[in-house]
Amino acid sequence: MNLQSNDFELFGLAQRFEQDRAVLDAKWKELQREAHPDKFTAQGAAAQRVAMQWSVRINEAYQRLKDPLKRAAYLCELGGAPVNAHSNTAMPTHFLMQQMEWREALEDASSAQALETLRQNVEHSKQELLNQCAQFLDVQGNRSAAVQPVRELMFIEKFALDLDRAFDKFE
Amino acid sequence: MALLQISEPGQSPNPHERRVAVGIDLGTTHSLVAAVRNGVAECLPDGQGRVLLPSVVRYLAGGGRQIGYAAQENLAMDAENTITSVKRFMGRSLGDVVGADKLPYRFADNAGMLGIHTVVGEKSPVEVSAEILATLRYLAEDTFNSDLYGAVITVPAYFDDAQRQATKDAAQLAGINVLRLISEPTAAAIAYGLDNAVEGVYAIYDLGGGTFDISILRLTQGVFEVVATGGDSALGGDDYDHALADWVLAQTGVLAVSPADKAALKVAARACKESLTSAKVAPFAAHLSGGVLQFEVEQSQFYAATAALTARTIAAVRKAMRDAKLTVQDVQGVVMVGGCTRMPQVQDAVAQFFGRAPLTNLNPDEVVALGASVQANQLAGNNAAGDLLLLDVIPLSLGVETMGGLVERIVPRNQTIPTAMAQDFTTYKDGQTALALHVVQGERDMVSDCRSLARFELRGIPPMAAGAARIRVTFTVDADGLLSVSALEQVSGVEARIDVKPSYGLGDDQIAQMLKDSFSTAEADMRARALIEARVDADRLVMATQTALQADGDLLDAQERSNIDLAMQALLQAKSGDDAAKIESVSKSLAQATEAFAAMRMNRGIASALAGKNIAAL
Repeated sequence: MNLQSNDFELFGLAQRFEQDRAVLDAKWKELQREAHPDKFTAQGAAAQRVAMQWSVRINEAYQRLKDPLKRAAYLCELGGAPVNAHSNTAMPTHFLMQQMEWREALEDASSAQALETLRQNVEHSKQELLNQCAQFLDVQGNRSAAVQPVRELMFIEKFALDLDRAFDKFE
Repeated sequence: MALLQISEPGQSPNPHERRVAVGIDLGTTHSLVAAVRNGVAECLPDGQGRVLLPSVVRYLAGGGRQIGYAAQENLAMDAENTITSVKRFMGRSLGDVVGADKLPYRFADNAGMLGIHTVVGEKSPVEVSAEILATLRYLAEDTFNSDLYGAVITVPAYFDDAQRQATKDAAQLAGINVLRLISEPTAAAIAYGLDNAVEGVYAIYDLGGGTFDISILRLTQGVFEVVATGGDSALGGDDYDHALADWVLAQTGVLAVSPADKAALKVAARACKESLTSAKVAPFAAHLSGGVLQFEVEQSQFYAATAALTARTIAAVRKAMRDAKLTVQDVQGVVMVGGCTRMPQVQDAVAQFFGRAPLTNLNPDEVVALGASVQANQLAGNNAAGDLLLLDVIPLSLGVETMGGLVERIVPRNQTIPTAMAQDFTTYKDGQTALALHVVQGERDMVSDCRSLARFELRGIPPMAAGAARIRVTFTVDADGLLSVSALEQVSGVEARIDVKPSYGLGDDQIAQMLKDSFSTAEADMRARALIEARVDADRLVMATQTALQADGDLLDAQERSNIDLAMQALLQAKSGDDAAKIESVSKSLAQATEAFAAMRMNRGIASALAGKNIAAL
């Protein structure tokens, strides 16, 4: 193992989409116990720097592994099918229509209840796309096919953030 | 089983001796130092048995100074030169300090951080804080009759980069080796969690003299994971005092203008506030220049005058819970920290929000220092069996300014530290050869609403078409929560980096000079001590190098090995002489010669430890 090992190797996990969050959390803490700079405070600046590199790397891997969307995108990338979210922005029409509907609903929402209904809709779509990811990545082993749902999820994620912020208005 | 090791008189100390490591709570109203003795964390009392040191420094004409109780007694008499609540000025400019006009000081409006004019000239908040820290350092050294190895110093969780850096500078100025800066609520959680052997999600509500923090932590088997934190680094007991004083002034029509009157009002307000913790009615009495101000304040009036402040804390709690993606049902307990949580209206508001009575069985003044001392003891290597691990977060988002004065966030708040995150940028003009980076901290979208931390430039980018350069900006936040930023143009390899230091003009040289001026002991003593220390350090270094070579010598090629051997020989020779400076410089050479080796060993050690964890899990 070294600093270039991929996230799954670092955490000693199989390259799968489905992961047990409790196992992941426990792993993260176990690894930090070994590598955190606090373990090496008595050993000088060089030791601090090396420990920090490892500790940073473990935190980076944990952030990616624990988030289903980031994990799915990472699996695509490891499988030679990068998502290229920035350069590749073409989306199917039905998806764009739905996004526009949601944006309108968000702007028109006049109560926390209306926002909550919208939130449940968004959550439902998100869950469906995650299921597709699981199907492509774990069952069919087709990582290129997972790229499309991952890209749609990225849009939904961004919308969900705006939606969360909108709740502030009604508090 | 541990065996007691007793060395012969006069022999060099055992390299495995206990190191004196303390926890310091550098508070707005008072400060404490604590240490683990015989396995128990306790606050260290001064000669008169007091553990609280008022965070008050008075500068005297002629160069002397009073610190703590002596300074506090003269507060009303010499308000301009008696600095209280200096923590509120750390890393702040004059414009940042709300209500500065109500304070009895003559401020210097310096860029970056304000200064305070005193009878002995201008003092920076860092210097004033260093006086308090040095007093605590001496207290610890007297208590243990030994030099201090290092300290864990607590800061409000919601302190930004400038405030943390200022705190670390103050410690350096006081001659203290900072083992780690940790958050106050996290320190409190350690003390509470270890004392009560609790597991699960806990909220720490910490209302101090000048700052408010809320931290949500998950405790599992010695791991203290901060899930989310929030607060207000300019909201505390002082504001309750001011609100009460303002209310009384409004009721009576009295004015307070002079420094002495302002200081007298503050003292009166605090006394009244403290009485109202248990009494239904309390007197508000202040001797002002225009006569005696005497007024009766009812508890309910005090509550009403300060309700907006309490509400602000609850709003921050709600936000932190949302960041943590947790509901009040997930919370196993709420721990109250800070003397101001003694106020009944605060306890009631917290109980109402969480739907349960908060835990108040710990001394809210001491718990932070106690927790810090436990961490210090472990960081110093005194507790080899200790399995305490803190996973703290960065409280405020970090980003850079982009076109139109907007903030591009690079590290979002509540990221576990240490962390490094990068973002790619490009040039917007053809042939552009430099890029200015403005580093900011805060949650707002506009740069003007965030705190400016640093500016630096990446120069020497080869001329390219607009948008062709690939500039990767990396933010690294270390375990103390301090930021450094680097920028790398990936086509040409041009690089620039900066350790983000607040721009209040204290360079390392100035700090070294101030250190020499204010805290040095008698010179002869110092020389003798320096020689002994240099020899002990040299012994340690040689021993550590030999052990390392035995264990991992195979990592080195012949040339690297012989460099280290030569440096080691040189040190053994220098050690037999009595020139401390020479021993130190040769020690430094050996340390340099082994630096790369140390890094290789660490890498091997961590990689195999991590691999071991993974195998064990299969």
